Amino acid sequence: MDNVSSHGTTAHGHVHEPPHEHAHEELGWWRKYVFSVDHKVIGIQYAITGLLFLLFGFCLMMIMRWQLAYPGRPIPLIGQWLGQARAPMGIMLPEFYNQLGAMHGTIMVFMGVVPLAVGGFGNFVLPLQIGAPDMAFPKINMASYWAYFLGGVTMLLSFFQRGGAAQSGWTSYPPLADIADGQTVWLIGMVFLITSSLLGSINFIVTTVQLRAKGLSWMRLPFFVWAQLVTSFLLLLAFPPLEAAAVLQLMDRLAGTSFFLPSGLVISGKPLAVAGGGNPVLWQHLFWFLAHPEVYVLILPAMGIVSEIIANNTRKPLWGYKAMVYSVVFIGFMSFVVWAHHMFMTGMGTTMSAFFQTTTMIISIPSVVILTALLLSLWGASIRFTTPMLFALAFLPMFGIGGLTGLPLGLAPSDIHLHDTYYVIGHFHYVVAPGTIFGLFAGVYYWFPKATGRKMNDLLGALHFWTSFVCINLVFMPMFIEGLAGMNRRMYDGGMQYKYNASVLHWNVVQGYASWGLGLAQIFFIVNFFMSIKWGKAVDRNPWEATTLEWSAPSPPGHGNFLTEPIVYRGPYEYSVPGAARDFSPQFEPEKA
Amino acid sequence: MNIPYTVEIRPDTGLANGKLGIWLFLASEVMLFGALFSTYIILRNGAAEWPHGELSVPLGAINTVILISSSVTMVMAWASLKMNDWAKHRLYLIATFVLAALFLVNKYFEYSDHLAKGEGPWHSTFLAIYFTLTGLHGLHIVGGMIVMAYFIGPGAKLWRANADQFANRIEYTGLYWHFVDLVWIFLFPVLYLL
Amino acid sequence: MHSDHGDVHASVRKYFMIGAALLIFTGITVAANLMHLAIPLAITVALAIAITKASMVAAVFMHLSDEKKWIYGALLLTVVFFIVLMSVPSFTNMDSIGRHEPAIGGGEHPAGH
Ligand code: HEM
Ligand SMILES: [Cu+2]
Repeated sequence: MDNVSSHGTTAHGHVHEPPHEHAHEELGWWRKYVFSVDHKVIGIQYAITGLLFLLFGFCLMMIMRWQLAYPGRPIPLIGQWLGQARAPMGIMLPEFYNQLGAMHGTIMVFMGVVPLAVGGFGNFVLPLQIGAPDMAFPKINMASYWAYFLGGVTMLLSFFQRGGAAQSGWTSYPPLADIADGQTVWLIGMVFLITSSLLGSINFIVTTVQLRAKGLSWMRLPFFVWAQLVTSFLLLLAFPPLEAAAVLQLMDRLAGTSFFLPSGLVISGKPLAVAGGGNPVLWQHLFWFLAHPEVYVLILPAMGIVSEIIANNTRKPLWGYKAMVYSVVFIGFMSFVVWAHHMFMTGMGTTMSAFFQTTTMIISIPSVVILTALLLSLWGASIRFTTPMLFALAFLPMFGIGGLTGLPLGLAPSDIHLHDTYYVIGHFHYVVAPGTIFGLFAGVYYWFPKATGRKMNDLLGALHFWTSFVCINLVFMPMFIEGLAGMNRRMYDGGMQYKYNASVLHWNVVQGYASWGLGLAQIFFIVNFFMSIKWGKAVDRNPWEATTLEWSAPSPPGHGNFLTEPIVYRGPYEYSVPGAARDFSPQFEPEKA
Repeated sequence: MNIPYTVEIRPDTGLANGKLGIWLFLASEVMLFGALFSTYIILRNGAAEWPHGELSVPLGAINTVILISSSVTMVMAWASLKMNDWAKHRLYLIATFVLAALFLVNKYFEYSDHLAKGEGPWHSTFLAIYFTLTGLHGLHIVGGMIVMAYFIGPGAKLWRANADQFANRIEYTGLYWHFVDLVWIFLFPVLYLL
Repeated sequence: MHSDHGDVHASVRKYFMIGAALLIFTGITVAANLMHLAIPLAITVALAIAITKASMVAAVFMHLSDEKKWIYGALLLTVVFFIVLMSVPSFTNMDSIGRHEPAIGGGEHPAGH
């Protein structure tokens, strides 16, 4: 927290510090790359761990897709390695399918997207964009990463315990989750992950409020910083109730309490020997009190990234920056009062349904404002179709589809039919996968030069984009069809229900091949990533001719980030200013007299 | 490298980093305990009967007195620093630590009494929420004691290197400690009296 | 050190007074409990006292009576969402969930009968 050195300046850093000057800052390899307190290293650690988890979670899903496409057939290639307890003779057991499903959701949301979007991009980019030498609490920042790491390891190890990993869905509804195998370790893992998010969010808020550079007033903040700030508030105030719920569920499992177990529960014909008197719906309230804000935690950073990239590649100011800022703040606020739209089917009465469907309709307005502003920003621009821009452009319609399909879910009368069907899966994956994850890929391509001093390859980038774009739509678009036809989610094998789904089942095969194709498409990215670290085109400070502060620091920035104290002279997106010599006027360059 | 506003105050916000940080942390704690109080109300509303007089009011009241006193000693530990009285600061901080320990001893007697009668958390939803709330609160006490132990022991060195920063840290510890006290101020009537 | 030596000296008395007041209020709560008031009244009295005590701790010991606007802002936000959180119980009990009698007529359950 307080690397007390004799210097009093706000921000000073040296890319190549002469060793005699800061003898105490010459750190060993471990302190520099593993237990680092530098926000850039921590950001990269977060990003890489997050990307690995995304890949792992995706692999789980590819295995599930085989069972959905070809129920009961031995899994090719890896089936024999899965073991008797999971897939005897390569044929997946239902319990294992449930584990894969629960862990896919948990991993993607809590260990993939959030760490990459908030921990990765937030840590790396935010201090640079506000002209800070580091985060406000570097040691807490490191603790946050390691809490995440421990949580991740806990979750991974849970596959190897007896009875396997958690199998009650990422939502962990009791009573099932109170009694099913694997859940205890899941809860312990979640406590680590929640702790990590809380530490991180405090750090982001304090950093943004306290460490903004001179001249960087609120309305000069890049939109990405606004998005991260709102996200941090969501994490800060929405996660604790889930932590409480996790503690209660742990008590139910370990201390024999019945917080979520009603009286008179009968399991497999035997009455459950607990005191009873609990309330399973309570879990759903506490869970969704977090988890609805959480979906905005998933989307807002991606919106921020996409906004930066769109402004940069259209060479125009964002259209309606202020409206976007107000919208994102409003979204953050409203996201705390819509959660029960996930619970229309719990027997909730009409008054409550009416209330929550109203708030849900209200919250879609600011989302539409942001999307519209971004679309209008494209109007009349001579767009640079760089790799990050391809992903950012695709984000817009994909997020649009995801958001629009949310509306029928937000209205109780239509949700009654759509709830728990593949339509819901289609809805949220459109927002999170071709939406958020495309946004995150855009960010990787965009800030890679800042982190490494080299650009990623554009041909491989374009290949990655187009193959992913086609495949991902083939995976998720048919889900709407299946869902509307009544196919339920979370089904290992539809059994009798498949009779009624006969007309749409063939889509499962299409989705299977599309998802495996999507997996292959990521090879372009992986190759590109590692190749570019070594052989990518070397670049200078500002390869994209961008305006925000991070581009005034060296690529990669040294410890302390900026060579001279950054001062901000103007708004974040002053592109193509009439009369200016170039088509971009960076925030960090003073007006020429 | 120096993080700005670690000790000195940022003019436009009027805050040092740690002050905002600790308050944000407390905000999240409010939501944590809020969820548990909310749970308490739901369980109680849904219960066919809710036990009365199951807990020992004298023990609870004694613990309330202990915690309130510890809040006073804690704030005095900080005020003494502000008045440059190191000896008094030590005295008050150690007193706070001892009071916290007394609280836990008292709690231990209460817990073991219940468990001896076979009335663990599994017994009823009342005892379930009682053990969960007080257990979590107890963990907060332990956490506070660890921090205090640090500032009584190795952390005390900072006073001579950077007095302002040390006083700030004691202030933040105090804010946390008062919050723990504040939670108990609600726990006592809610669990013991009503 | 800061120039607020004088302030701190003046505050010391206040801290002890508040400590004493908190102890007195604790006594009152316990005494009120011995009177065996009807449950709704008992809840009101106990919570009113608890809120008073909590405000005193927050205002004086935690110096909230004189803080910066960012801290007030963060806490205001927290209070709003705290209230939302505390309304979860009535959400679960409203309409149909958790109700034992028909939905017409009866308001909230009187707690703990
Ligand atoms: C913009 C307007 C949006 C509306 C009106 C909306 C509405 C809904 C509703 C009503 C449900 C519950 C459906 C059901 O279970 O029957 C739902 C599910 C879901 N939504 Fe959205 N949503 C919106 C945006 C988003 C965004 C931006 C994300 C994430 C980035 C998201 C992620 C999810 C997830 C993950 C679920 C499913 C959770 C589960 O049951 O496992 N939604 N949405
Ligand atoms: Cu939602």
